[in-house]
Amino acid sequence: MADWPLFEVFIRSKHGLNHKHVGSVHAADRSMAIENARELYTRRNEGVSIWVVPASEITASSPDEKEPLFDPSNDKVYRHASFYKLPKEVGHM
Amino acid sequence: MYAQLVETGSKKLKTLDEMGPEERQFQERINDEIKIEPKNWMPDAYRKTLIRQISQHAHSEIVGMLPEGNWLTRAPTLKRKLQLMAKIQDEAGHGLYLYSAMETLGADRDEEIDKLHDGRAKYSSIFNYPTLNWADMGTIGWLVDGAAIVNQVPLQRTSYGPYARAMIRVCKEESFHQRQGYQILLTMMQEGTDDQKAMVQDSINRFWWPSLMMFGPSDENSPNSAQSMAWKIKRHSNDELRQRFLDQTVPQLELLGCTAPDPDLKYNQETGHYEFGEIDWQEFFDVVKGNGPCNRERIEARRSAIDNGAWVREAAVAYAAKRQHRAA
Repeated sequence: MADWPLFEVFIRSKHGLNHKHVGSVHAADRSMAIENARELYTRRNEGVSIWVVPASEITASSPDEKEPLFDPSNDKVYRHASFYKLPKEVGHM
Repeated sequence: MYAQLVETGSKKLKTLDEMGPEERQFQERINDEIKIEPKNWMPDAYRKTLIRQISQHAHSEIVGMLPEGNWLTRAPTLKRKLQLMAKIQDEAGHGLYLYSAMETLGADRDEEIDKLHDGRAKYSSIFNYPTLNWADMGTIGWLVDGAAIVNQVPLQRTSYGPYARAMIRVCKEESFHQRQGYQILLTMMQEGTDDQKAMVQDSINRFWWPSLMMFGPSDENSPNSAQSMAWKIKRHSNDELRQRFLDQTVPQLELLGCTAPDPDLKYNQETGHYEFGEIDWQEFFDVVKGNGPCNRERIEARRSAIDNGAWVREAAVAYAAKRQHRAA
């Protein structure tokens, strides 16, 4: 199967939800990747839609970049609703 | 257990203080139950051991289709045939989930499959026993998949993310396998002729001990366990899982109205556990070394499937290239 590239598989489990990564398949081309993904990942009503993406086309962030990428959002507490204390009289907001 | 005797390459556990900074960080992450993901740093031995364990697990799923495939054309009714076919397709699926988890570690699928075919990689000892009668389809679902579930449920919490996620999918599907197997046996025992009932007992007699062997050697003969447990790619000892399996299985055996081929099997009121006789470890090691009743036949069937299917894979590549060329 060395000649069959790897595809990452994303399934939408229900209408209204996001496609979610479920795993990968090897296939000769994109349409075969969809067929293989259907056989492998949706044998029991797991999905209503499938995306396949050549694994080589995915760019991922590196775990080493975790701090520069995600730390800046940690210290911005004012981005959360709970930061703003309001008097009780305002009620639910 | 679908993965038996997985070599870790380490006989002595390192303490946190003996580890370099990267390894220490890695081990602390595992201690904190934080999953290791493909791009995280990991010790070479962890990667190699996992590739060995996951590939062995995947090979077991794939080879495990063969004993059941033997009865597809001989199933007693269309309904049973469809059920068996669905179960076998699930096993193929489980193999593929696992191969894809293994590939996230940088292993090459073709290379690992070559290792299976030339005897360098192992698969579970249980699939080297022949399936001689229809009741074997029931017994395999009940005992073999039952033992696999006991082994796989804790692996849903294993430290390597892609392996744990594959196990979650597998476990969801396994309970169908076990129930369909047990129902085959129950139907034969409750509605069957004397011959059919005898068939069930004969099948249990043949698969009982090999099922107990699935969990691997006893704890004092498991030199790799300590490292595997520290890495949390194994979460309970072989003997512990074997006992858990036995405790849940004996009442089901009694409900069937059958017996185990073990005169020493008895319930211990004080411990609340079943006690069992001596396992024939010589048989286990013989089967693992390739000298079980069906080892050669299984590998031969795998090889011929790969070799005789080569033209299909090549044709698919040629067709994909042609379509791409036309579209361009």
